[in-house]
Amino acid sequence: MKILLSGNEAIAQGAIQAGCSFYAGYPITPQNEIIAYMAKHMPQKGVFIQAESELAAINMVYGASAAGVRAMTSSSSPGISLKQEGISYIAGARLPAVIVNIMRGGPGLGNIAPAQSDYFQATRGGGHGDYHLIVLAPACVQEAYELTQTGFDLADKYRTPVMILGDGILGQMMEPVVIRRQKTEDRRQKQPIKPWALTGCKGRKPNIVKSFFLREGALEEANLKLQRKYEIIRKKEERYENLFSSDAKIILVAYGTMARIAKSAMLELRKEGYKIGLIRPISLWPFPVNAFRHPSSVIRHPSFLVIEMSYGQMLEDVRLAVGGRQQVEFFGRSGGGVPTESQIMNKVKKILS
Amino acid sequence: MAKIIINQDRCKGCFLCVNFCPKGLIKKSVKLNKQGLNFVEFDSNGECIGCMQCAVICPDCCIEVDK
Amino acid sequence: MKKTFKRCQSLYDLPAHYCPGCGHGIAHRLVAEVVQELGIREKTIGIAPVGCAVMAYDYWNFDCSEAAHGRALAVATAIKRVHPQNIVFTYQGDGDLAAIGTNETIHAANRGENLSVVFINNAVYGMTGGQLAPTTLLGQKTSTSIEGREKKAHGYPLKISEMLALLPGVCYIERVSLHSPPEVLKAKRAIKQAFKNQINNLGFSLVEILSPCPTYWGLAPKESLDWIRDVMQKEFPLGRIK
Repeated sequence: MKILLSGNEAIAQGAIQAGCSFYAGYPITPQNEIIAYMAKHMPQKGVFIQAESELAAINMVYGASAAGVRAMTSSSSPGISLKQEGISYIAGARLPAVIVNIMRGGPGLGNIAPAQSDYFQATRGGGHGDYHLIVLAPACVQEAYELTQTGFDLADKYRTPVMILGDGILGQMMEPVVIRRQKTEDRRQKQPIKPWALTGCKGRKPNIVKSFFLREGALEEANLKLQRKYEIIRKKEERYENLFSSDAKIILVAYGTMARIAKSAMLELRKEGYKIGLIRPISLWPFPVNAFRHPSSVIRHPSFLVIEMSYGQMLEDVRLAVGGRQQVEFFGRSGGGVPTESQIMNKVKKILS
Repeated sequence: MAKIIINQDRCKGCFLCVNFCPKGLIKKSVKLNKQGLNFVEFDSNGECIGCMQCAVICPDCCIEVDK
Repeated sequence: MKKTFKRCQSLYDLPAHYCPGCGHGIAHRLVAEVVQELGIREKTIGIAPVGCAVMAYDYWNFDCSEAAHGRALAVATAIKRVHPQNIVFTYQGDGDLAAIGTNETIHAANRGENLSVVFINNAVYGMTGGQLAPTTLLGQKTSTSIEGREKKAHGYPLKISEMLALLPGVCYIERVSLHSPPEVLKAKRAIKQAFKNQINNLGFSLVEILSPCPTYWGLAPKESLDWIRDVMQKEFPLGRIK
C-alpha cells in the first residue's frame, strides 16, 4: 500500500509498525506531527503520554523500556539537549529505546529552520559518560519509515538507545511511502524476550535496572562491557550509500536531506562531464569508515568534499576516516541556510580548477 | 517472660533502643563490635515485656523479639 | 515462646550503609513490611531515588529501578502504565521530590497516576554533605545556609504535601514521623494505606515521613528524634492532609 506521509508521520508509522507500544513526548517544532500521529494512532494496548517536559518524557521512556516494552520519544534540538540526562541513564542502564531528533537551528533557541548542527551531540554520546548511541540518518520519507523500524530492532539487539536523526525538511516534506501490511501482533512476536525487564519477581530473583556502580572497579567493568558492545556495533552496523565513487575525482560526502541536494548536484556535474561521486553515511554512529577505505578510493586518490547544514561537524569524522591520506574540503551553511545545488557545483568546480 | 535477640555485630550504636526501653533493660556495651563501635546489650535477667519498641525504632533491623 | 518481631522476607538480611540513627533504615523496613503483609512482593516494582537512598534496591527483595535525580515519578508513571497489574511505588527524599523533581511530582500527582509515594523529609541534603533543602526550617543551619535558613535569601520551607493536596488527582496524603515507636507504627499504617489505595485503583497517594538525619543536624540520634517532636513537626504538622 502506498500512502502520502510527511517524514514525521512516516517515523511515527514506522514506530507503530515496529511494535512501539509506549510513546512520551513534548511539543516542539518542527517535529509536532510525530507526537500528534502517536496520539492518534497508538494501538489500544499501547500508552501515549504528553509529558510535562522533555526530561519527564525521556525518563518515562526509561521506565517503559525498563518495564520491557518498545518505547520511543521524539523532539527537536533544544528538547534533545534536555533529554541528554535520560539518554545517558538509558545507555548506562543498558536499555533499548528510540529517540528521534528532527533538528532545527541552534545554538540556544535558534530558529525552527532545518539544520544538521546536532551531529556532534548525536554521535559523541551527547550526555555525560563514555557511551554512544546508534545514530541513523534517513534521507527520504520512505527511509525514515524503514530506518525507524531498523532502529527498534537494533535497540533491542544491542540493548542500547538509538537515535533517528533528521532535520526540519525531512520532517515536514511529504512523499509517497510504501507501507508493508503487517499485523502489529506479528511484529510483537518477533521482539526478543527480555528476562531483565521489571515485571514483578514472581518465580525468579528480583531484577534491578540501574546505571550506578559504586563498588570499586564495578563501573570500569560495566563500562568495558559497553565498550565491547560498541566494538561489535562498529564492526557490524555501518550503513552507507555509495554512488559513482569508483571513477570519481571528487567524492561528495553528505547525509540526510543534505545528501539529496548533493546528489542532484552530482548528477548535474556528471552531465557536464565531471567525474563526481557521493558517499552518503546512513549510520552516523558507527561512522561508515569503510566507505572511505574502499580499494578503488585508495588507488585513485580522489578528494572529498563534505557538505553539511552545519559548520564542519561530520567533517571531523571524514578526516578521521581518511586519515590524512587524501584532501578533504568542506562546504557548509547553518542557522537556516541550506547549501544549494548551484553552490555545491560552484564549490566543486573551484576545487577542480 | 519475653526476650530480645540483638545482632550486635550489625548494631551501629545509635542507642535509640536504650532510650525507648520502658524497663531500662538495654545498655551500651563497654566492648566494641566488628565495626569498632559500642553496641547494645540486653539484660536477660530483667522483666522484658516484649513491647517491641526497641525493634520498631531500630534503624538497622538488629533486634528480634520473642514472647 | 514465639517470634513476635523479626526481619521480613522483603528486606534482605544485609548491613545498611546509613549513618547511625538515620531514619532511612526504619522507612526501608516499613516499606518492606507493608509489601510483605499485603502479599504483593512478587508484583511490586520500587523506584529508588538519587540521594542517600540511591541504593535502596540493594535492601529490598523485589524488582526495582533506579531513576535520575527527581525523575522517579516519571519512571514510575511509565512502569505503572505499562504494567497496571503491578504495584509501583517511589521512595524519594526532599531534594529529589520537592526541588529537582518538583515538576515530575506535581504532574504525576495531577494526572492522578495510580502510584504510591514514600517521601522522606529530613530537611537537608544528606548524600552531598548537608546542604539547604527545600524543606529546611527557617533558622536551620546547613553547609549552604551557614547562619541558618533566612527567608529573604532562601525562601520558606516548602510544604509540597499541602500543595499536592489541592490537586483533584490526589487521593491520599498523610504526614507522619519516625520520632518514637508509636509514631513509627503510625507511619507504617499510612504507608500501608497508600499501597492499599493503589491496589484499589484510587489514584495518587503520598506519605510524607519526617525522618531524622543526625549527621547533618549535628545532633545525637535521640536528640534528632526529639528535634522532630519539638521543632520540626511545628513547621510540618502531622496527620492526614487529604
